[in-house]
Amino acid sequence: MVRVAITGAGAICALGRNASEFAAAISSGRSGIGPIRSTDMSRVRFQNGAEVPDYSHTPYFDDRRADFMDRFAQFAVIAAREAVAAAAPEWTAELRENAAIITGSCVGGQSTEDIGFQEIYKHGRNRVHPLTIPKTMANAGASHISMEFGVTGPSFTISTACSSAAHAIGQAYWMIRSGAAPLAITGGSEAPFSCGILKAWEAMRVVSPDTCRPFSKDRHGMILGEGSAMFVLEPLEAARARGARIHAEIVGFGMSADASHITQPSAEGAARAMRTALRDAGLSPEQIGYINAHGTGTLANDISESAAIHAVFGSCVKNLPVSSTKSMHGHALGAAAALECLAAIVALRDGILPPTANFNEPDPECDLDVVPNHPRAAQVEYALSNSFAFGGLNAVLALRAVAH
Amino acid sequence: MSDDLIQRVLKVISTSKRIPPETVTIDSDFAQLNIDSMDAVEILFALENEFDISIPDDAVRGVRNVRQMCEGIDKLITDKASGPPAAQ
Repeated sequence: MVRVAITGAGAICALGRNASEFAAAISSGRSGIGPIRSTDMSRVRFQNGAEVPDYSHTPYFDDRRADFMDRFAQFAVIAAREAVAAAAPEWTAELRENAAIITGSCVGGQSTEDIGFQEIYKHGRNRVHPLTIPKTMANAGASHISMEFGVTGPSFTISTACSSAAHAIGQAYWMIRSGAAPLAITGGSEAPFSCGILKAWEAMRVVSPDTCRPFSKDRHGMILGEGSAMFVLEPLEAARARGARIHAEIVGFGMSADASHITQPSAEGAARAMRTALRDAGLSPEQIGYINAHGTGTLANDISESAAIHAVFGSCVKNLPVSSTKSMHGHALGAAAALECLAAIVALRDGILPPTANFNEPDPECDLDVVPNHPRAAQVEYALSNSFAFGGLNAVLALRAVAH
Repeated sequence: MSDDLIQRVLKVISTSKRIPPETVTIDSDFAQLNIDSMDAVEILFALENEFDISIPDDAVRGVRNVRQMCEGIDKLITDKASGPPAAQ
């Protein structure tokens, strides 16, 4: 089986406009959560989110190109450009023809759709903008990435709510591992800040009125986020042969379905996904040195995830740091797992475990070492990145540090 | 707390949860009625429509039974009738 290297990473989110700014923020425990400014929040009960501050397409896309792209697709291309520039693959006609693009997104361009539907329902007009459909479709991120790089191989988008990007990265990993593709651009992107979407989240009563405090006894829910992280995956040996910088290796991928409830998580389903990832990687629980948790900061997730981690890791839990970086970059839905995969890569690569920020008080029902508030220096060889979606669809990535 | 208010709350619960009206009483608790968190947010949504009120998240924490729910609705209706606080 082919070993799979991550040779490029790109990011844009509340913590920064590139992967270096993202790494600096999570490695110092800085949160990007604050008042949402990109949309009118006067009718929304909660006010805070993790927004890309002062975003404008201008430095990234000319106006005419931006006309065709919802914010979520713009984020996808921005992160992909950085990842591809960092990987600097040796493009040949054959590589462009066979490279894969697999992206994750939960709501796609629903913000564009929200604006379009206001024309019909609120303003009484009889037409919406003709680009509403191509801007709204969830695969727009993958499509624009393919056009950006002239990549014509297998390209598609996976939408599994909060696990979307993990399912996407996992598929890309398996395609490289099996030899089905020589290179993959993969990750997730999301931009959910429009009034209609925010009102729908408000109605679920899972959004915190202040900030995101995963695993803290006084947690009051999640904080929505936006952005993208994208990666370039290649066969490890080929990457080494051409002298590429290798950020980390993906060594396993596991999936499961809870088959229990449309919103309430099941510890059993989460545990099965982690066990499946370990089995796929050929690892035993005691080899894992860090978990980047799904850690949404909701009452239900954090208890269920803690129980799942205890079930899988048993007595190893005592020496297993588990943190939720959603406390800093928010819950970016279909991009969440990509940002969190990047957080795990940074931890393995730089030897600094990102903390769970905004943590106030231990919860006996979340009895984990959550790396509270302060980053921790630690050289870890293997890490997991957990994603457990609404709808009970779970995906877990296993990553390995690369010795330099 | 009026009997009319109680009857309307009971009806909202039975309609939302799609259970026979006679199974819901002022003394029912949510666990007995098998009301999970998603059922609860649907019931709150229906109560907001029924009484034309807004039920804040922090008002529902700790509400575990129908009586507490009726008391909370009663308070929100009373607060609404007395109008918003005068501008400072």
